[in-house]
Amino acid sequence: MMQQLSSNFLLVAFFLYLASTILFAVSITGRRFKNKEGEEKNKSGLLGYIASILAVIASLLYFIFRWIAAGHAPVSNMFEYTTFLGICMAVAFVIIYPIYKNNYLGIFTMPIVMLIIAYASMFPGELQPLIPALQSNWLTIHVITVALGQGILAIGFAGGLLYLIRVVDFTKTSKKVKGVEFILFCIFCTVAYIMLGMGFGAADYEAQFNYVNENGVEAVMGYPMPPLIGPNEGERISEGFEPFLSTPAIIRSNDLNTVIWSILGGLVLYWGLRLIIRKPIGGLIQPLLKSVNPQSVDELSYRAIAIGFPVFTLGGLIFAMIWAQIAWTRFWGWDPKEVWALITFLFYAAYLHLRLSRGWHGEKSAWLCVIGFALIMFNLIFVNLVIAGLHSYAF
Amino acid sequence: MEKVKCDCGHVNPYGTYLCESCGKPQMEDNQTLVDMRYEGVARRSQTYRKTFIDKIWNFFSSVKVGIWIIVLLLIASAIGTIFPQEMYLPPGERAAIYYEQEYGILGKLYFQLGLHNMYSSWWYLLLIASLGVSLVICSLDRVVPLHRALKTQRVKRHTSFLNRQRLFSKSDDVIETAEEDIQKAEKALREKKYKIYKEDGNLLAEKYRFSRWGPYVNHVGLIIFLVGCMLRFFPAMYIDENIWIREGEEVVIRGTDGEYFLRNDQFIVEYYDEEDERFRDSFERTGGQPVVETYQTSATLLKKVDTGTVGVGTELEEVKQYDIRVNDPLTFEGFSLYQVDYKLNELAEFTFTIESNLDDYNGDLSNISFEVDLYNPEMVYELDGGYRVEIFQYFPNFYINNRGEPDTRNRIPDNPRFIFEVFSPEVDHEEERGELSLVGVQINEPLVDEGEVNDYSIRMIDVDMNHVTALTVRRDRTLPILFVGGTIFMIGLIQGSYWHHRRIWLQNRKGVIWVAGHANKNWHGLKKDIEFIIEGTSIPMPEDQTDESNMIEEIEGVKGNDDATTK
Repeated sequence: MMQQLSSNFLLVAFFLYLASTILFAVSITGRRFKNKEGEEKNKSGLLGYIASILAVIASLLYFIFRWIAAGHAPVSNMFEYTTFLGICMAVAFVIIYPIYKNNYLGIFTMPIVMLIIAYASMFPGELQPLIPALQSNWLTIHVITVALGQGILAIGFAGGLLYLIRVVDFTKTSKKVKGVEFILFCIFCTVAYIMLGMGFGAADYEAQFNYVNENGVEAVMGYPMPPLIGPNEGERISEGFEPFLSTPAIIRSNDLNTVIWSILGGLVLYWGLRLIIRKPIGGLIQPLLKSVNPQSVDELSYRAIAIGFPVFTLGGLIFAMIWAQIAWTRFWGWDPKEVWALITFLFYAAYLHLRLSRGWHGEKSAWLCVIGFALIMFNLIFVNLVIAGLHSYAF
Repeated sequence: MEKVKCDCGHVNPYGTYLCESCGKPQMEDNQTLVDMRYEGVARRSQTYRKTFIDKIWNFFSSVKVGIWIIVLLLIASAIGTIFPQEMYLPPGERAAIYYEQEYGILGKLYFQLGLHNMYSSWWYLLLIASLGVSLVICSLDRVVPLHRALKTQRVKRHTSFLNRQRLFSKSDDVIETAEEDIQKAEKALREKKYKIYKEDGNLLAEKYRFSRWGPYVNHVGLIIFLVGCMLRFFPAMYIDENIWIREGEEVVIRGTDGEYFLRNDQFIVEYYDEEDERFRDSFERTGGQPVVETYQTSATLLKKVDTGTVGVGTELEEVKQYDIRVNDPLTFEGFSLYQVDYKLNELAEFTFTIESNLDDYNGDLSNISFEVDLYNPEMVYELDGGYRVEIFQYFPNFYINNRGEPDTRNRIPDNPRFIFEVFSPEVDHEEERGELSLVGVQINEPLVDEGEVNDYSIRMIDVDMNHVTALTVRRDRTLPILFVGGTIFMIGLIQGSYWHHRRIWLQNRKGVIWVAGHANKNWHGLKKDIEFIIEGTSIPMPEDQTDESNMIEEIEGVKGNDDATTK
């Protein structure tokens, strides 16, 4: 019952994020129509902000009800953590928006929030019991603080991306254009992954293989998407075509297969759109951003990172060390997840020091904000799912 | 080095860029704006460049070098996660073989470069050490002169200081109400919690200066933290031991010099209820494998007491009882005992009886039984009816060694076997030999010449098992230092990140109002403050001299010019 209620609130929140995105979009594209009547201002920016606040409230209700249903803070697996990260980004937006009142930030933040939450829903979402290593109040304290820190840092990324699309010259091909297009391409791949995952999931698709695993033992592997590449010495059990290639045992071929599908899907979406508009995607968006003041966006993303950095450090390093001392007998053990939290810390520390010197404001700084977010995502997805370590109970 | 005297009369140290008192630039730099970093003070690193020490100092005082160290650490740390570090290899695997076998040629290279133990390699530690040195020197190089400059700053600033601030403007003409306007602004500034300093009708409003010390405070915290980490090189600073305790057993806690003992009263593993509605879907998806809810050792901590009598032996006093769980260690006197491992159902005790193999035997042996403790067995058992059993040899973990002889691998009773010697009542055990037989789980072989049999054999009738818990014993004397360092670091970080030093200069130069502002980081906030204080006055709003006429661009952009022209 509680769980159902909680899921419903998440769905409501998702549509409110969508509403907020649309309202912010109207606020910038609709301005010229409204301006004819002199002083009357476009109210949709404010409405967009209100929608985002309502969305955050609905998200928090999801969080609270799920907490009650499970008996522990819902931050204990990939679905729960990733969803919460999306929520935290929205919370950070709700806090930062009133300072700068920048509607463009809304158009960039809200879709990213939606994408993160949609991505989270690709992971198994049922309530899971907590293993002994996770039964601690520090789970709640550590993970919530980390997510909040990363959410605020992610606003820095939204600002950085906004800045880049605003200032990069898309009329000529350059490394910068390619870079921005690559960021957008990655976003398209995520969209493709979600669409394919939902599509094949709705169709109950599964291909099964007998294969020989890395320990030389025969096992069965399931594929959520049609197998383009097969497992080591794989033999298809279910009906269907044979994969084009087979992989060595050390690679989890079903996951790699999903990655390949996502990239293919991303390519289709990206090039499909590009062929229609006949210019870089960034160049399509740029005209909408003409009235953005680059310097204020630069300051905004710097502020977001300056605000998020201490929160991240507190949650991701200090609380993490305290908990590690209690649960794992040592405060630091060079576990890959720990190391990547340290790397994220070092990266943003380098960023903050670079901001002291003149040449690193503006564009370079915006690139760093993007890279920082890539590190956070890398730590969330790649380190959890690919590099095995103590944190790998995330499913 | 010579000191430099400014026009205002203040004597500045050699190498000063902005006069510490009036702010007048002391060097020409051909820039439109003055460089406000560190208030333009003379830093040791910018001044002395002669001796070897100067060179070292200058090298490490550079933020650029600091950033390089951070970046190198970052890259190195990332490389260390490509393959698992040696400490995370599956137990029993040898690094020299494992990496090549699992990861091929790259794995071999990883091992040969020593990256499998990277975080304790000399060069990684050297990088951390140089980060520490950089922190100390960078901070000292800046904080001392910065502190002096902020203390000696004068209210009245030189015009070339003011008009080269990022936020600056002056009124075009003489303003009649200049004095009143400045007074009004002063009131508004007080409302905004600015500290006001006045001199000859000129005004300096300042707030959040303490945030300037944030970076230095957090660097101090980091240095303390790093020192704490370094102390771990001294083995006396910490204890890291493991103890295995069987249920009912009392063992000395390693590292306490025989002072403390622990008794394992009970060890339990609890599973989640498979009927639990909440987690039904999860159990279904994972195929109904039971999920552990609790690992718990109910333990009693005991302390040795001095009875005062020599030779009486040790007496133990119960100190406390505690349920040690994962995430809930038992702590006492700086020691912590953590639940880390366990072994269920270890063989603990066998019960045996004697049977007769003689056809014409008419005695009753059914009441005879004896228990053998597998950890610490008695060697002789005197039984009812005059029977006597001796343990001739005991192999707790039996195997045939490479000389073909029976042997034991260790003292853990994983595969216990006994060679028993049985003496019937008629046999004198001091004069004669008994019957030998090898007995173990599902094993019962008489040790006799071929074709013969023993009169009696020993049969196992019961087995008792026991759970064993593994606890890690830790004491880390560096923890308080690390905690203090971490706390100071966080305080400094917050101090420098959530407040920003803001200053506004208002000057009445013969009726012409000059206004300039400087903020560390949050310019947006400063601009809003200035907007607030000049409201209702004729003080001009300072222009942001770094802005490149964004207003014009904005209007053009809205009109829908598709060409993306920037800067």
